Amino acid sequence: MRRRRTTAFATLLFVVSAMGSGLLLHTVDRLRTRATLNQVLYISSPKLLKALSLGYHGLLADVYWTRVVQYYGEQRHTRSSDFSLLWPLLNLTTQLDPHLIPAYQFGGTFLASRPPYGAGLPQRAIELVESGIRNNPDDWHLYYNLGFIYYDLKDFRAAADAFDRGSRVPNAHPFLKIMAAQCAQHGGELRTAQMLWSAVYETTKDKYIRENAEGHLRALKADFEAQELEKIVAAFHQQTGRYPSSFAELARARILPGIPIDPLGNQFQLDREGHVFVGDPDNFPFIERALPSGYLPKPAPGSARPRG
Amino acid sequence: MASRIFHIAANTFREAVRDRVLYNLIAFALLLTGAAIFVGQISIEIERLVVINLGLTAVSLFGVVIAIFIGIGLVSKEIEKRTLYTVLSRPVARWEFIAGKFFGLSGTLVVNTLCMALGVFAALLYVSRNLNGADAWVLVAIYFIVLQFVIVTALALLFSSFSSPLLSAVFTFCLFVSGTFAEDLRGFAQLTHGFTRWLATGAIYAIPNFSALNVISQVAHGEPLSGQLIFWNSAYALVYSLAVLSLAILIFERRNLK
Repeated sequence: MRRRRTTAFATLLFVVSAMGSGLLLHTVDRLRTRATLNQVLYISSPKLLKALSLGYHGLLADVYWTRVVQYYGEQRHTRSSDFSLLWPLLNLTTQLDPHLIPAYQFGGTFLASRPPYGAGLPQRAIELVESGIRNNPDDWHLYYNLGFIYYDLKDFRAAADAFDRGSRVPNAHPFLKIMAAQCAQHGGELRTAQMLWSAVYETTKDKYIRENAEGHLRALKADFEAQELEKIVAAFHQQTGRYPSSFAELARARILPGIPIDPLGNQFQLDREGHVFVGDPDNFPFIERALPSGYLPKPAPGSARPRG
Repeated sequence: MASRIFHIAANTFREAVRDRVLYNLIAFALLLTGAAIFVGQISIEIERLVVINLGLTAVSLFGVVIAIFIGIGLVSKEIEKRTLYTVLSRPVARWEFIAGKFFGLSGTLVVNTLCMALGVFAALLYVSRNLNGADAWVLVAIYFIVLQFVIVTALALLFSSFSSPLLSAVFTFCLFVSGTFAEDLRGFAQLTHGFTRWLATGAIYAIPNFSALNVISQVAHGEPLSGQLIFWNSAYALVYSLAVLSLAILIFERRNLK
């Protein structure tokens, strides 16, 4: 009888305290948001961390890589432009395991992409991917990533060189040769950019990189369409000696079938000098030409200058 | 009831002392003295940092090792030596035996930790020549380490109540390691979907969260800790230990000791 009572009481106590500990853990977690990530501010030396890992640095590198993905995902989710922990985390990860290829591949893209898609630190990205190539010279993916970073910086010669180096690696994708030639000959052209970003969009499995490529492709499309519209506006100017007051005027004159729409579904805008731009430039972070004159991008929430 | 638990606890403490558990203090003293003299000569400006990091890590590791290796034998050793039957033949309930063992080992670890804490402060005084306000946070870090020991003791006792000493040591050690990475596991759960997410979330709540109790790096850099964290961490550690202990009692109550 007494034993049964103890068992019942212990069961009740177990259920109540297990539920209580779950609730308390939830409270503690809320107090310590990002505490694990902030540890890189305390132990930023890869050598020290390697020593502390007691030889299990491969496992620790995996843990740190998970932290990178978690941190990047969180910053993207909150649309923050502060990626200050990205470089220290990636540096620790790749120093702990110099053969962790995804860390160089995705890390390079995360670092190089402009905020809010990434840290906007292309030089750090180059440094990271170059170190990846030094440690893994036979992996063509890294040359491909490096070429892309240079391409985004409009250093077409360096991009062509990176693609070319990659194409000479055994088992490299034949596409690298085409990329090298395309960058060398038509580096600054829209169709080259479209080809490269389409390749990224179609080959990546990572949703963030896909989103990034999608953003670039959307911006390229908007730039291309604005360029075509400006040609029509210029022809109108040549015929009438003045710029049209709006696209509605061109539509009324049956020069355009209707008011042109940009890739985000907003109407293209036209200024007095015949310059065509998108309706909502803040949603085109990679757009280069179709922007209103004197446009300054709106700072993203929580933005801070990333540390180098 | 309270006096029976107290007697079992006092006995456990005496037994631990007789087993020369407190001899680890000599090793600890040697380690800290050596480190304090050594870092004082080779490093600039980080002597305090090294002494706190090294001292508190040693306090934590020594304590966890003691908690595991003494904890796993608390029940099985009594069964093996047949002393458990003598105890239980008296008017002592099984749950009182478990509670007494838990308090006895926790007490041993508290005394051990207090001695080591004195050593850390002595080394700190030696390298910095004085103690400042920020050093008070070291005390909080030590308190959190004690909370870790309380959880590890409860876990070791739980496994000891139904498993062999070797397996108990393995299980407890595995839970200690996974608990150290509990916050990473939480991050992992956030990145997953579907069944894996459910599994990872379940694991987060099942394993003890030792990462929240590890503030060594923070206090070594003189960073203050919030009163809320101290309160909620204490509540979490005690309630979690209570859950583990009640499970241990539940198993031990139903165990056939014949």
